[in-house]
Order: sequence, then C-alpha cells, then structure tokens
Amino acid sequence: MGSTRLVGENYTTPDLLAKVTGRAKYAEDFRVDGMLFAKLLLSPFPHARVLSVDTTAAEAMPGVRGILRAGELPAPADTVTDLGETIRANPMGERALTDEPVYAGEPVLAVAAIDEETAAAAIEAIRIEWEPLPFVVDPLESLRPDGPNPREQGNSWGRAPSEAGGPPGELVVQSIKWASADWGEVDEGRLPEGDHQTDWSYGDLEAGFRDAALVLDETFSTPNNQHHCLETRTALAYWQNGKLFMHTGTQSAVQTVASISRWMNLDLADVVLITEYTGGGFGSKATGAVSCMIPAMLARKTNQAVMMRITREEEQMIGGLRPAVHGRIKAGFARDGRLLAVDMMTVGESAAYEAQGDAGTSGRIVSLVYQPAAMRMRSTTVLTNTPPRRAQSQPGGFQGIMLMEPVVWKAARELGIDQVAMRRLNAPVGKAQFGPPSGNGTLPHVTSSFLVECLDRGAELFDWPTRVARSGQRNGSTVRGAGVAVSSFVAGSVGFDGLFLITPEGRMIVKSGIGNLGNENVFDVHRVAAEMMGVPWDKVDIHWGDTANHLPWTCVSGGSQTTHAMTRAAHAAATDAIAKAKEIAARTLGGNAAAYRVADERVSDGARSMTLAQVAQQAIRLGGRFDGHELPENINRVTTTAATALAGQGLMGVARDTYPRDGTTFGFAAGFAEVEVDLETGRYKVLDFTAVGDSGTIIHPRNYGGQLLGRSVLGMGHALAQKTVYDQHYGLSLANRFYQNRPPTILDIPRNMQWDAVNLPDPETPVGAKGIGEPPVAAGAMAILNALSAALGDEIYRRAPVTLDTVLMALEHGRPMQEPLTAHI
Amino acid sequence: MATIHDVIPPFQLFQPTTLDAAADLVREHGDEAWIMAGGMDSFDWLKDRTKRTEAVIDLSMVEELRGIREVEGGLEIGAMTTLTDVAEHPAVRDRFGVLAQAAALVASPQIRHQGTLGGNVSQDTRCAYYRRGWTCYRAGGNICYADTPTAINREHAILGASRCVAVSPSDTAPALVALDAQMVIRRGGQERVVEAEDYFVGPSRDIRHMTVLESGDLLTTIRIPATWAGARFYFEKVRDREVWDFPLVNVASAIRENGGRITEARVVVGAVAAHPLRLHDVEESLAGAMVNDETLVRAGELAIRGARPLRYNAYKVPLMRNLVKRAVRGGPTGTTA
Repeated sequence: MGSTRLVGENYTTPDLLAKVTGRAKYAEDFRVDGMLFAKLLLSPFPHARVLSVDTTAAEAMPGVRGILRAGELPAPADTVTDLGETIRANPMGERALTDEPVYAGEPVLAVAAIDEETAAAAIEAIRIEWEPLPFVVDPLESLRPDGPNPREQGNSWGRAPSEAGGPPGELVVQSIKWASADWGEVDEGRLPEGDHQTDWSYGDLEAGFRDAALVLDETFSTPNNQHHCLETRTALAYWQNGKLFMHTGTQSAVQTVASISRWMNLDLADVVLITEYTGGGFGSKATGAVSCMIPAMLARKTNQAVMMRITREEEQMIGGLRPAVHGRIKAGFARDGRLLAVDMMTVGESAAYEAQGDAGTSGRIVSLVYQPAAMRMRSTTVLTNTPPRRAQSQPGGFQGIMLMEPVVWKAARELGIDQVAMRRLNAPVGKAQFGPPSGNGTLPHVTSSFLVECLDRGAELFDWPTRVARSGQRNGSTVRGAGVAVSSFVAGSVGFDGLFLITPEGRMIVKSGIGNLGNENVFDVHRVAAEMMGVPWDKVDIHWGDTANHLPWTCVSGGSQTTHAMTRAAHAAATDAIAKAKEIAARTLGGNAAAYRVADERVSDGARSMTLAQVAQQAIRLGGRFDGHELPENINRVTTTAATALAGQGLMGVARDTYPRDGTTFGFAAGFAEVEVDLETGRYKVLDFTAVGDSGTIIHPRNYGGQLLGRSVLGMGHALAQKTVYDQHYGLSLANRFYQNRPPTILDIPRNMQWDAVNLPDPETPVGAKGIGEPPVAAGAMAILNALSAALGDEIYRRAPVTLDTVLMALEHGRPMQEPLTAHI
Repeated sequence: MATIHDVIPPFQLFQPTTLDAAADLVREHGDEAWIMAGGMDSFDWLKDRTKRTEAVIDLSMVEELRGIREVEGGLEIGAMTTLTDVAEHPAVRDRFGVLAQAAALVASPQIRHQGTLGGNVSQDTRCAYYRRGWTCYRAGGNICYADTPTAINREHAILGASRCVAVSPSDTAPALVALDAQMVIRRGGQERVVEAEDYFVGPSRDIRHMTVLESGDLLTTIRIPATWAGARFYFEKVRDREVWDFPLVNVASAIRENGGRITEARVVVGAVAAHPLRLHDVEESLAGAMVNDETLVRAGELAIRGARPLRYNAYKVPLMRNLVKRAVRGGPTGTTA
C-alpha cells in the first residue's frame, strides 16, 4: 500500500459535524412547498377482514386531500436477479396496506391532509365494518392439535409440489399441528418434540451421547424485540416529471432504489432516493421499508408532496420484531469438557407474513461456535398474528448463542472446568467447519477464526481469575458473579463494485452507495482506496446518500457484510486505477508500466514521475477505459449507469470484486461481564463489561470499538429487561412505549467498558478486514446471564430477559418459577 | 368510527397567572376542565386520544403554586414545584430526606425537571389495559382486563384490590404519607385540608379516581409538618431499569428511636395497591421494639398478610416483605439506591 497511512488510523468522518450540530437532515426534516401530511388507520384487531369502508364524512372535511386504500397499490412485482432468474412475488407477503390485517396495528388505509391534526380527525371520521377472524399470538398454542391458525390456510410456510427437476413450487401457507402425545413435557417446561420442517445432521450423534460423561437437556426461550431505531421509518415523497423522489432512511442507498422500483412498478431510472442520514436500522430497514409506498402513492394521487411521519407507536408495530426462538438442546460432553454431541430443536416465531430464517440459522451458529463432533438440528417456524419479523443484529446467531450458552455454562460447572477454558477447548480454530452439510455431504468452512485469541485477550483484560475467585461471594444482601460468553456471525459478502475518479485537479471523488446508518463504514471502507492511491484524506470527497449522484452497486449494510465486501470492492477499484495510472505514465513519460508505482499523489519509476492530477488530465485525453468511456463487462448494471454518467471527468477506478475466497467469512467475539445481585430484591446490576472482537484487520479503531460495545449493549437489553408484551386472549400489545418495553438506558450499562481487537488479517480477503456488527450482540447478552448464573447457580431462569421477579421467585422457591414457553409475557 | 392513538386533538387552552384566576377557571369549567401541572401524565392521555377535553387549564404560569417555604419547623410546598426542586431543596434534604430521595428517583432527569410534586401525587394509574383505552371498571365498564386468566399483571396489585387491580405509580406519595403530610385543596374561594393518607383512594371507595379530588377541586399546596423532621428515614424504589421506570414496589419509612428502641414509626409501601399503603399493623408492632432480626421478620410477615397475588405478580409478595424489613432495618439501600 501507499505511504499515506489511513487503514487502522482514527479520523473524523465527513458527516460528524452536521450530526452533532443538528444540521444533518433526516427524512422528517425536509419540507417541500405545499406538502401534505399522511396518517394511517391501523387495525384494532389481530386478524380481521374489512367488509366495508365509508369515507364520506372524512372526505368532506376541509383540508382532506386524498385517501389511499389497499386496492390502489400496485400488485407486488416479481424480482429479476442479476443472473436473469425470476423470483416470483409472494401474493401472501407483506404489503403497505391491507384489507385483511393479520396483526393489530397493521395499516389498513391512509389519509393525506394539509396537516396531521386534520388527517387524524379524518381517520376518526371513517367508518369501517370489520369481520374479526380467528387469531393466535403464541406459536406453541398454534402447534397444539386444535390450536388456532393465524391465517385461513394454516400457520406455516411451505411449497406447493413441483415437477421433478423443475423449479421449486410456489410458496403456500399450510397447517402444522403436533399430536397430543408430543405435548407431555410442556408442563415440565420442556419444548415438545414434534415433527419439524427442517432436519439436518452430521457425525455420529448416538455415539456422541453414548461416550458422553455428562448429558444435559435444556429448554430456553429468547425474546421477541423491536429494533428501537431512534429514527422511525418516516418517508417524504414527491413526483417531478414522472420521476419519484423519496426521502427515507435505509441500510443501503443503492439497493433501496431497486426495492422502491419493484414496489412501485417503476423503472430504476425513475426513482431518486435521498438518504444521507439514517437513524439506525439494525436489520429492520435493510432495503428500505415497504410503507414508503404510502406517501409515494398519495403524492401521485394528490399531485402534491406527502410526508408520512411514523410515530414511535406505529414503529413498534410496522417496524417489526426480532423473532423469538424457543429452543431445546440435548448436549453430551466428555469428561474433559469436549462437546461430543448436540441434538438441537427450535420453534421460531413469525408474523403471518414472510418468515425469517432465525430458527434454522441458530443451529448453524451453534455448530460453528462450539464445534460439536456430531450434531442434529431440527427447526420449525410458526406464523402468528403479531408484527412482521425482520432481521435484527445477528439474526438467528443471537438466538443460537442464547440457547446454547446456558448449557455450556452448566456443563462446565458440573464438570469442574473453568468457563473460559471450556469455551477455548471447544472453539473453532482456523478454517473450522460447521453445519449443515452441503449437498455432497461435506461441511462448509470459515475463512478464519481467532476466537481463542479473543478469549485469551479478554481474560487478560478482564482479569478473569480475580473475578472468578470472588464469584458467589456474599457481601451483605448482595452477591457477585463473573461470566463469559462467545459468539459469531457471518461477516462479509463478495462481488460488489467500487467506483471513483481522480480529477484533473488531483482530488479523489469516491462514490459510495452504502447507507449511512451511523456505523461510519459508508466512509471507512474508501480509506483503503485512498491509501492505495496515495491520496491524503483531505483531498478525498465522498459522495453518498443521493442516488442522483451516480452511485455504484453496493451491498446492504446488514449481516456485517459491508466492511468486508466494500473494502474488497474499494481494493479492486484502486487496483484498476493504479494499473491505468502506470500505463498512462509509461505512455506519457516512457519506460515500462510495471516499473512505475503509485504513492504520495504521484506515479513514478524512480527516474520519471508525474502527478495524479496530470495522470487524470491524460486519462481524459486518452479516453476509452482510462476515463470511463469503456467499462468492464462484469460490473453491475447500476454501476455501469453511474460510471457512464461520470465518463470523461478524470482517471476512473472501476471494478468488481472478483478476488477468490476459500470459505465463508465469519467474525467472532468474546464478552466478559461481572454482575452484582441483590438477594432481597432480585435486582442485579452490570458492574463491568469487556468485549474482544476478531474481525481481521481493523480499518477504523474508534468506530470498531463503538460497534463492539454498542452492539454488546443491544444484546444486554435482551438480557436485562427489554421485551414485547401481549395479552393472548385479545391478541393485543400492552407495551407500545419505551417505558413499557424497556430498552436499556445509559445507566443500566457499566460506565467504563473495555474493548480490544485481535487485529489479525483474514487470509481470504485482500485487505484482511471482516465485519463486526453482529457477534457482540449475543456476547453482551450471555456474558451477563452467565454472570448471573455464576452468582446464583444455574437454576434461576429459563428465558430472557431475566428481570428481578424471575430472580426473586427462583430464590424464594429454590427452583425456576417463570413460565418458560409462553410467548410475549 | 375508527380509532387513532395519535396527534393531540384541539382544545381551548387557559393559562391563568394567579391562583384566584386558576381556581375560578377550574370551578367555572367543572367537569369539562382538564387541569394540567407538568403535563407528564396529561400529554400521554391526550396524545393517545384515549381521554379528551374541551379545555385545558395549564397551571404552569401560576407563580404562587411554586416554591418551598419553611413554616413552623415544617414545609409548605407549592403543588407546581418541580420534582427536581423538591429533590434538591436543602430543607427537604436535611430534615425530610425521605421525600428528597423519593422525588430524585422519579422517572428521569428530564421528567423531573418538568414534572411537579402536585402532578406526581395526582397522576393516574399506569395499568396498560386502562391506559390503552380498554373499557374496564376504571374506565366506566364492567370488567377488569388485568385480572383474567391470560392477563399480563406483573405490575398490578397484591393488596386492596376491589374489581380493579391497578396500582398507584407515584414515588413521592408513600414518602408524603410517611411524613404525615397534608394536602391543601382549593375549591372556588374555599380551602380544605386532607391528610395525605386520605388523599389517595382505592377502588372500593372510588373505582374511577386515584385521589379524593373532585371536579372543581385544585390541589394547591403540600404541607409537611415538623413531626418527623430529622427522623431516621428510608426510601427504596425497585424497578426494572435504573432510570425512566415506574416502581414495581417502593417503600418509605420514618422512624423515631430512643435508646435502641423504636418509639414511633411510619411504614408505607407503594405500587402494591391502588393507593400508597400505610402499614398500621407493622407500625404498631414496631412501637417499643428493638431493631433486631425478630422485629424485622415480624414486620415483614405482617406487611404481606392478606396479600393475594395474580398470575404474574407473585414476586411482589416477597419483594414487599423484604423491602419493609429493609425500611425498618435502615442503612444503605441495595443495588437500586
């Protein structure tokens, strides 16, 4: 790399000043001449059919400009992939409005008026005749022999039969019920063992259990939880000359154009997305939110701009939830602690719309993180009449770790093995394998794992032996405990494009299609290209967040892909520009292109030299591929469009990431926590927390630390108090406010948390960097709950979050007292 | 007609600047008037459109209702004094620390800056069913949704329930009852004084209201008599989060001792019933007792006598027992201090 060192250094991102001074404009901050405001009519029922709607009185109100019904929305369009493959739209999938709401709070219609007061009053003036339909909010209730179904057709997704060798049949909803005989163990708090939708295994499970010195069989439930983005999914839309202009938050500037065009049945070129700032996504705004269609349709209908501000309460409903997973794990351990066999089954919760894969992914992560010699995984996902499930930080991996960590904790305690040593012993090393097996029966493997190094560094930073020594010691009415947990998740995809220009003035203009949701990699990844080009950071301009600005094809900032995927793309684009610069230098100055190198804003071969500004001027003269008039064949069509618009303005670096990769990219983390429990109240406090991450080479240390600890806190919320609450009889939510669903506050987490990174490069990516967003989530949650077990013993809780009532009742009765399997309590 | 739980509907806003004007407005508008102190309870109801009003009488401009005055060894606290001012006032801290502690543990700093003492003791219950607009007993209906086999009632009453199982959410209320405070209520030109213990009412007396305030009444002043100045106090609030949370259970006590023996005590528990529950039996058992394990155990057991937990709130029984023991024992509070 060049001498301008940027990778691994702290810096101030170009958006920071605007954010801290309040100058940054989020979707809600924009105002357009004559714009209207939209309000939603939400279903009061968990499942119902709209029989008739009378809007006469509402439409007669002064200031009401338009009412939008579900029937006016364009039909969901099929998706055509880059490979030309058509993915059929799911006719039973989630839409922006519906006449058959399948959860309470689902939008049924929308009103646009001159202000929100008028729109709200108009909603109240609308008469709807409803037909309430059967519903269920608890997946296990739905699985019972006579259990209710959330939709007329059933409670789970399946596929219609297909021809042998033909494409898979279309998605259908079908009914799964477990026989009465399966339910015997529920009263003892064990997840019943019914037939599952998926079933995979490897190794000799029976032998594993036969050889085990200790076999545990534990049931645990993880919580449903909102994403709690501080910015709700507000959207402002207007049309100009047939083009739709949309202001809204998203996890990918570029890929959201594709979803809007699909939802609205518009050409890609007719959608302009302005999304410079996004107040958090956590998976819930992956490629925008389908609700943004509502202001778009109302704007078309009224011929005026329409702002739809989403309230916190609406966000709680339409923003969606992380799916809860109810899990049961039977695990066999050798005397030395080695994990011999895991028999895992999960029931995942879903809305009555598209299901998330969390219940299945949980097994994949357990297989990777704890490396059982043999494993069987069965899972089923059940639809319910609750809000849409959306990916949430470490989707599925979080739940897998949450289900497995208490089992590993208990096993280590019973076998008399140190908890760090236990996790070290079973940790994945190097190109570790994991399930499920691929089609040919072999297990896939990771590109690298340095989890052992995370544990060692964390134990040192946290002073693990000292804290373990005082675990369980009583002081007055309090007792302390120290816990550790390990975690992992996917941390990188491949195949995206990089695009930048070196201008004739010698500046570097980088086009970034990444969403700016607060995690800074919208800028960070481009420092790789700047460093390779030898351009100092103050001569780099990043263009982001406005798709009229010619942005290249980019990954979604979800699943911790971005740092890995987009440093590769940046590397590819810089490699392309360097080759072009050297060729231009050789052509201009003479000599052999291979003898030239790019550094310090110059191209030189020792004797001869020219500036990058001069190279850019030459590139424009030479044209062709040098200035973007000829483009690589393999880049995405979005990048081709963007690069075509930029052609002729300087030296262009444009390329697709085609670097080889042996394995799948995963990041790892270890979390350490100490808690203090008050035995008279059951209340516990997190005293201290340390996290260490393995995600290869660190690009931006301060941002990395923020991600590592910030995501740990997201996990801590799931351990401490955060939850959804539903009355099962009425199918309605009782926790619609922050004070009711209780995300953690700044005072609930330790003041001085520590972090560190292993900082060893991943060998399968040119920059060595992987993502880190996801793994800390479960490490944060389970380090705390394990610390609680260290303080009190492991017969306290069987679900998360663990609130003081659970602790106090278990202490009173000497056994766990909480209902382990009832949903949303 | 469809329902929307969003956007505050229009109303007439009155902002009187004198107590007389406020009292006149309250009397004039009677049932139609919504009296607003800091707004922390009011805005929630109005924004949800669950309760409505034609006229809001905002007391924030009435300077006479603000401030803390020292009177004959006791205090007179204007109903519109913010919780922050109560918590930070030197006389409250020095002589009636239990009230300062209680006020300092309400909600969050922002809410304490805006919320008032009068508002905190007059706020409505936080039963999630009732707040959502379900037509329960408290809302004029004929069912308690929080007391059905599937109801989520983790935060509800274990004592004193009568059809309705909602609880008082106030932190300052138990402290005021423990201090034998008096509430001064203005009605037109008339004033009456009600003991704090009688100010709060349960569902057996009035299932629609949490206090004795009737239409046309205005709480103007909270008087703290000198009685308990400098006593041994204890306040503890147990909640799920360290900040911005209502109590699951809170406890306030004031104890006078002589030579190691308790001479007189007040022990009051909040969030276990619809009103702060003064534990007269416990207080009697403490009179003349030494502070030892036997006394604590007896106090704890007496406290929970008659407790009837619901499906999800059985933990409140041992929690109340343990908090009463701690309140008698004194010393530093536990992890929630």
